[in-house]
Amino acid sequence: MNATSRLNLQAGFVSVAILLVMLAIWHFATLPSSGAAATGLTPEQIEYQKMLGKDPTKGAKANNGFPTLTQMRETVVRNLASPFYDNGPNDKGIGIQLGHSLLRVALGFGIAALVAIPLGFVIGMSPLMYRALDPFIQVLKPISPLAWMPLALYTIKDSSISGIFVIFICSVWPMLLNTAFGVANVRREWLNVAKTLEVPPMRTAFEVILPAAAPTIVTGMRISMGIAWLVIVAAEMLVGGTGIGYFVWNEWNNLSLTNVIFAILVIGVVGMALDMLFARLQKVLSYVE
Amino acid sequence: MSSDDFLRVEGLAKTYPGSVEPVFDSVNFGIAKGEFVCIIGHSGCGKTTILNVLAGLEQASAGHVFMDRREIAGPSLERGVVFQGHALMPWLSVRKNIAFAVRSKWPDWSAQKVDAQVEKYVNLVGLSSAIDKKPSALSGGMKQRVGIARAFAIEPKMLLLDEPFGALDALTRGTIQDELLRICAETHQTVFMITHDVDEAILLADRILLMSNGPQARVAEIVRNTMSRDRQRATLHHDPQFYRVRNHLVDFLVARSKELSHGRAPTTPPEVTPGLSGDEPPSAEIIPFQPHHGARQ
Repeated sequence: MNATSRLNLQAGFVSVAILLVMLAIWHFATLPSSGAAATGLTPEQIEYQKMLGKDPTKGAKANNGFPTLTQMRETVVRNLASPFYDNGPNDKGIGIQLGHSLLRVALGFGIAALVAIPLGFVIGMSPLMYRALDPFIQVLKPISPLAWMPLALYTIKDSSISGIFVIFICSVWPMLLNTAFGVANVRREWLNVAKTLEVPPMRTAFEVILPAAAPTIVTGMRISMGIAWLVIVAAEMLVGGTGIGYFVWNEWNNLSLTNVIFAILVIGVVGMALDMLFARLQKVLSYVE
Repeated sequence: MSSDDFLRVEGLAKTYPGSVEPVFDSVNFGIAKGEFVCIIGHSGCGKTTILNVLAGLEQASAGHVFMDRREIAGPSLERGVVFQGHALMPWLSVRKNIAFAVRSKWPDWSAQKVDAQVEKYVNLVGLSSAIDKKPSALSGGMKQRVGIARAFAIEPKMLLLDEPFGALDALTRGTIQDELLRICAETHQTVFMITHDVDEAILLADRILLMSNGPQARVAEIVRNTMSRDRQRATLHHDPQFYRVRNHLVDFLVARSKELSHGRAPTTPPEVTPGLSGDEPPSAEIIPFQPHHGARQ
């Protein structure tokens, strides 16, 4: 126990050190190359530019290169200070955009779970259904979720629901396959115990098969959630309107790289949080034989 | 075998798909109420299949099993099963594992009543201190005790044990054998048990069914345990009678079980009483195969 906590502490120090090194590299790579000389303008031209309201000595780095750490910090502070502002369709706070994305993922993922887990149960219990549905699953599984987008947009005619559909269609397969696998591989002994105790089928399903297969099912859910979070960004870039993916696209159009970088960080952190949520669930439901 | 046997097995046979010769056939025996019967035979003679048929988990190819004059068709709460590998559900504590069985038998019992029943049987196997532990926190012997408590807790009319102590070390095995003997004596339980251990059979069983080798295995002989009912594990091996019974069993397993394979064993097994009939050799000697036992080709 003591050894593990010491290892954790050491690992934490190394992590912080790596972060500092990366930030330092960023900082030195984006140092402004000394003002006027780099712009190649005569002092008169600089004076003229200043009168036009564009200070070439100040703006050089913003226009020519990657944002500096200072600019990045300003953006982060500004975004975190008011995450929920709403100045019309193209200017919403990061919190609102994130909320839209999370809602879409929750809906698409939730519907997928409602379909995949019961269907996976049926497939896992019945070798016949497994064989009958296998060709469909094998063909549909490898399709990139975004390939569904045109079809979804055409048939559903609503970009927001199309986004949810895409999340649904990409979340459904890992959950379906893992549920079927988990259910099919429940130890025979446990089923025999239930049989000799004359436990009715529904009670066996909920009290024996479900807890026995739960770790496998949650693993499938965790994979699905990972994919859903990957896909939502791409889908929102295509569909537009709201969401963290649209935010990235919009800020790219605004050429605001600091906002793009900030959004990338947010996507990473939220993705990690979602994964940790399922990791926690996995830990609760897993058992040692 | 008399018609008032509690359990009767008649002409039981099992042929697995794809094989010509049955694993066993013409298996006939009976078990009286309150009797402890062990079945011994080499691997592959179909002991576990017979037990699974009695449990209702497997279908025989031919033959019938009657319990209490009713034919067995499918699993029933009247027969408790202790599985070879304890078969506890690892996500449930000991308490909940046994409560699962108790609630299956008496679905309309209150939570307190279920809990009282659970505690009574956990107490019986001496595991009260571990009642809220998960099976993974228990030793092999403790897990098997929980398995036994679960089977007893539904108060079945008959107990089926599939080599319950096979995976345990000798010391643990001895302790649990004593416990099982005590509980069975207290509850007058009817027991059918598979074992590979000749000494275990002599200690526990009133009668021992000897199976010939497969294919076409049969219950070739029934040995009545001629030792006194109050035999103890600690003093068992001091009794000369113990060796007479033991030699008889070992001789059967070493020599005769092979000769009696392929249906050469009698369909109606004779009941023998080693050491009492007077013709038993006192020391270990190979008993020659006797065709007049009624073997049929």
